[in-house]
Amino acid sequence: MTALTLKGINKSFGTVHVLKDIDLEVEEGEFVVFVGPSGCGKSTLLRVISGLEDASSGEITIDGKVVNATPPAKRGIAMVFQSYALYPHLNVRGNMSLALKQERRSKAEIEERVAEASRMLNLTDYLDRFPSELSGGQRQRVAIGRAIVRQPKLFLFDEPLSNLDAALRMNTRLEISKLHRTLSASMIYVTHDQTEAMTLADKIVLLRDGRVEQVGSPMELYNNPANQFVAGFLGAPSMNFLPASTLNEGDNRTLGIRPEDLTLDPEGPLSGKVSHIENLGGDTNLIVDTEGSELTVRLFGQHPIDVGDQIRVSAQQNKQFFFDQDGRRVA
Amino acid sequence: MHTARTNPLNTLAMHGALILYTLIALFPVFVILINSFKTRKAIFREPLSLPTADSFSMIGYQTVMKQGDFFLYFQNSMIVTVASLFFILLFGAMAAFALSEYRFRGNMLMGLYLALGIMIPIRIGTVAILEMMVATGLVNSLLALILVYTAQGLPLAVFILSEFMRQVSDDLKNAGRIDGLTEYTIFFKLVLPLVRPAMATVAVFNMIPIWNDLWFPLILAPAEEVKTLTLGSQVFIGQFVTDWNAVLSALSMAILPVLILYVIFSRQLIRGITSGAVK
Repeated sequence: MTALTLKGINKSFGTVHVLKDIDLEVEEGEFVVFVGPSGCGKSTLLRVISGLEDASSGEITIDGKVVNATPPAKRGIAMVFQSYALYPHLNVRGNMSLALKQERRSKAEIEERVAEASRMLNLTDYLDRFPSELSGGQRQRVAIGRAIVRQPKLFLFDEPLSNLDAALRMNTRLEISKLHRTLSASMIYVTHDQTEAMTLADKIVLLRDGRVEQVGSPMELYNNPANQFVAGFLGAPSMNFLPASTLNEGDNRTLGIRPEDLTLDPEGPLSGKVSHIENLGGDTNLIVDTEGSELTVRLFGQHPIDVGDQIRVSAQQNKQFFFDQDGRRVA
Repeated sequence: MHTARTNPLNTLAMHGALILYTLIALFPVFVILINSFKTRKAIFREPLSLPTADSFSMIGYQTVMKQGDFFLYFQNSMIVTVASLFFILLFGAMAAFALSEYRFRGNMLMGLYLALGIMIPIRIGTVAILEMMVATGLVNSLLALILVYTAQGLPLAVFILSEFMRQVSDDLKNAGRIDGLTEYTIFFKLVLPLVRPAMATVAVFNMIPIWNDLWFPLILAPAEEVKTLTLGSQVFIGQFVTDWNAVLSALSMAILPVLILYVIFSRQLIRGITSGAVK
């Protein structure tokens, strides 16, 4: 059964056309990540799904019901915001139970659901604290707890990790992933961070300028990008693009090679001067100036190379991508 | 070592300037207070000296208590001020919320229209207002004053509050919407507490002119039973003889309630926004 279906969604603010003909299906229990550069419309799309914005045209179906005219609270969704958006005048318990009180659930049921959610998120000791007395990570967990207690058909996450520091972000990412497994609920997650997208998603929806560029599992998108944009957006460091003519004379296509598919090779066809080295311990990233373009080479392990060294590299034959002049994948 | 940026000389100069300003601002109040405790002769002979055993006198306060219905005036002023402030804050905040939160046709124009009142003094319309009050039979009632003061205070209130409400996190309001709160609950429970410092500012700005106003009470509500304190004090100022003791005593007492209200509101000003809601 599909948890969410979008059909021909368009959204304009005045003359600005933000979302263009978006079609999408989210299966029950699926974790879908909307990813794209800033301003691509991913947050707007999420707000249209939640009902905080009306779609200019198109049909939104949640759990088999068309919800275009349903207010957010009745759509069976719960949302977690980037800035936590906890109610400052309520303690943790109050924050989590407010929505249920609005739905006029019984006291016992509210109590039980809050207890379960707070146990799941390790918040049991903090139930009587106010948001101002919590750390950033705890606040985000409360925000997630507020979503869980509602037992929604669809969870919406709007960049929930971008206000957290790096270590906490990793932990919370794992927790969200674990949560998805325990609840087996459908989730939609918006982020601009491709690591989050790759690690969390069952299905990635890559957006650009209000259009869906490609939909698929992380590895599908990584191994088989539909166009140059998708190829360049996913993967860190990002894919190298160079004129294919550097390898085959007279070829006017663009060649794409991932940094890890380049290897040091004294006989290699590409040569250049190392302009920068990033030593990460486990990996070494080289920025190489070849004639006309800059290449990133990712080597496994540590290498005794210095800035200014002349090196030659070769690209694995079966890991090369070719794009035509419009950026479409041709081979 | 790098010297701290708070140079003691600068701090001294800053505090000096502030203290000087405080002295200048408090001087008239001080003169009123000391002279209210002096005999009439002493007031004129040495207006700046403190009351001594010789010149000390409570005659002014006694006159005020005896003559006129001072407590009634006091009560009238209080009712007018508090009620006007309540309506200014309530309607001002609601209008500001609508202007800052909802996208509707003419939003900008409506905002400008509501702010226009800041630039046009309401007293220009005195004659029209009086005619209106006569027609509606509101002359000589406190309601007339409350309505006029509310109208007078709203433009600035809407202007200031809408600016502050724009800064209230959208996420917070949206979280409320998703949790099924009504727009009224969002307004009263989520937004108002967060703009409390701005509300206090507006309250202080409006309170003092209303309390001190002589113009509208004189024109709209001069009857004995609805006189405000400022108007009531005028009985002591005659065309030929002015009972300075009584005037100064009445003014001294009139300062007190404003002071109390000010302290209440300024605490709100300082306390600031409850943090932790967002970020």
